[in-house]
Amino acid sequence: MLEKHLEYLSQDPYGMAREAKQEYLRKCLQDLIIHHRDNCSEYARVLEALAYDDSSAKELEDLPFLPVQLFKEFELMSVPKSAVVKTMMSSGTSGQKRSKVFLDRPTAMAQSRCLSNIMASFIGKKRLPMIILDTELAKKDPRMFSARGAGIIGFSLFGRDVFFALDDNMEIRWKDLQEYIERHSGERIVLFGYTYIIWQYIVKAMQNKKKNMGLTDGTLFHIGGWKKLQAESVSAQTYNQALKDVCGDIDIHNYYGMAEQLGSVFVECENGHMHCSVFSDVIIRDPKDFRACGIGEEGLVELISVLPSSYPGHVLLTEDWGRIMGEDDCPCGRKGKYFELQGRIKKAEIRGCSDTYGQ
Amino acid sequence: MILMANELTYLAGNVIHNVKPLPPFCDVVCRFLDVFSSELLHDQSCKNYPDITAVAFWARKGNINKWKERTNLNELRLGRGVAFHITPSNIPVQFIFSYMFGLLAGNANIVRVTSKEFSQITLICDVLNKVLNMDEFSVIRSMTCIVRYPRESDYTKQFSEKCHVRLIWGGDETIAQIRQCPLPPRAIELVFPDRYSLAILSAEIVAEVGTNELCRLAQNFYNDTYLMDQNACSSPQLIVWQGEKDAIVYAKRKFWDAIKRLVVDQYDFPAIKATSKYLNFCVNAIKYPQTGQLVSSDNYLYRVQLEKLPVNCDELRGQFGLFYEYDSRELAELSLIVNEKYQTLTYYGVDKELLVKMVLHNQWLGIDRIVPMGRALDMDLLWDGYDFIREMSRIVDVR
Repeated sequence: MLEKHLEYLSQDPYGMAREAKQEYLRKCLQDLIIHHRDNCSEYARVLEALAYDDSSAKELEDLPFLPVQLFKEFELMSVPKSAVVKTMMSSGTSGQKRSKVFLDRPTAMAQSRCLSNIMASFIGKKRLPMIILDTELAKKDPRMFSARGAGIIGFSLFGRDVFFALDDNMEIRWKDLQEYIERHSGERIVLFGYTYIIWQYIVKAMQNKKKNMGLTDGTLFHIGGWKKLQAESVSAQTYNQALKDVCGDIDIHNYYGMAEQLGSVFVECENGHMHCSVFSDVIIRDPKDFRACGIGEEGLVELISVLPSSYPGHVLLTEDWGRIMGEDDCPCGRKGKYFELQGRIKKAEIRGCSDTYGQ
Repeated sequence: MILMANELTYLAGNVIHNVKPLPPFCDVVCRFLDVFSSELLHDQSCKNYPDITAVAFWARKGNINKWKERTNLNELRLGRGVAFHITPSNIPVQFIFSYMFGLLAGNANIVRVTSKEFSQITLICDVLNKVLNMDEFSVIRSMTCIVRYPRESDYTKQFSEKCHVRLIWGGDETIAQIRQCPLPPRAIELVFPDRYSLAILSAEIVAEVGTNELCRLAQNFYNDTYLMDQNACSSPQLIVWQGEKDAIVYAKRKFWDAIKRLVVDQYDFPAIKATSKYLNFCVNAIKYPQTGQLVSSDNYLYRVQLEKLPVNCDELRGQFGLFYEYDSRELAELSLIVNEKYQTLTYYGVDKELLVKMVLHNQWLGIDRIVPMGRALDMDLLWDGYDFIREMSRIVDVR
């Protein structure tokens, strides 16, 4: 985030309606485009090859976007290397190239303030007792130190008396967990974890042992892909119900974000809609021509964030598929666009005779 | 050979015991291929696959006789013995071409096919087995071993140790890996590394063609490129326009408009191809500053003009319809870029004798094929600079 936009971070994340938000985002993004073009030669080169012209960009959808996989191909940064304080790596499965995202202090700080502002709108500003549905090893073990560990560290800042529910062998620390819940009875508890890890090591394990945490007031946030769950034919509904069956009376919020745009996350409301905050936006694009789709139309998900200033990650075209469900009119009352994600687009069976012994 | 049965599947034929090579274009082989061809053509399930039909047409008596004549062997030859083929995983019918080439040269053949389950492979092998089981073709059966095994297994090493010819399809990386497995001293190797191909069009001729010819031209170009996602080593990556500036401007508009219409109509274009192509374009823009601005009205066709020919032009690759274009007044300037990576030169409206002279006169290391537009992907006994029959057989010098 550029310094001149900083005060914006104190805005209510869901309080701004379309017109004001568009104007604000346009202004921030134009500044960011100039900043990255001046400071990142690769970014400047792409804009040049796209024949991008500032004066012709009237709407957010006219702004140039980078393919998110470009962060796997190049070390893209808009600050001197000496200013980088943290390098985030995307999780990525083995053998695949991983994204590298370079954070300087201001960008890292903006990310953390943005995330805390968004979370506060769901759980309040006060720090609450927090259960991480993962192992502490994910935080310590450098082999695991990827987006997973960083996510845990980032999230645990919003809680107090942070408790890790799994031991080093991914087994539930049942006795300690019961004690923890007892100690905080009557209080609201925040839970955090990764979608699939929760399913595999919490829900399934507790179902097997026929156990229940018996929470009476809790809010759970989970993040991560649905790919493995889809393979097991687990719907969001099944997931939420199973989770409630083993945890007790809790609110569940899935949220969406990428290593390339940490901080400005998209949280699902009680109606199951992913919401853009004022710090971010979503554009759906038709793969045939990249035109911006209207409400309800499915397409490729482009993500906008005002946070990245140390790397050109402000406008990214993902390989996720989704559709915008509405804007400013979600029954939950939050302003901004809300959307539905439908997962990753299919890898193509590529024809031709390039290198192939792999299969 | 002792093989672990659990890892290795025989899709057709069996272990090769006695190696008895045949002379090239041996009658029994030609007869076998002709029967194989008609069985493929009559098989109901095979009919749905144009690539299987292409195999069947290739194996017909008429075509084989044409090649026999063209090859015109004047000396005594016999197959080298056992040919071991490592075939690629993304052209389903490639394995059977490689097998037929080996057979025509007179060899017994061990063919490793991809672990990917293509229906074409199953269908072809079913028909192949049927023909192999006919009594008159027991000789061919004893020369056939089509197998599938995991890449990590030891079989590549075992087969390599016993073969007389090894064919490695599938690019630089595969070749490097397979070469870890030594060959017997007398064995030879045919390799098919990553190649780069280009097309040359005459702007004057394209500017003049009528509607019907333009449609044919567009379809031919489509078949050379989009049909294989522009990924075949013989698909042109670089499109060179020859002529005067005005003619080029006009010809390009006419040509690409026709291509665009065809692509929108015929090309299967899932979202992943759009995102991969856009990524590819961005990566190239960053790596190669000499590339110009993107010309596109949508994602079906991306064109990028080159103002100068970069020395490392062969690294500048597109996929799914991303073409680099260059306007050339004098084709001799191609000498700047042509190296041993260059494989196929596809032409339209340009005198092929002129192209032949260019290769000779400039003593190029590359360009193995000069073919009319539309023929870039035609697989034949001459490929990648090799004459399969001669390479895979040995001469018995009799005086």
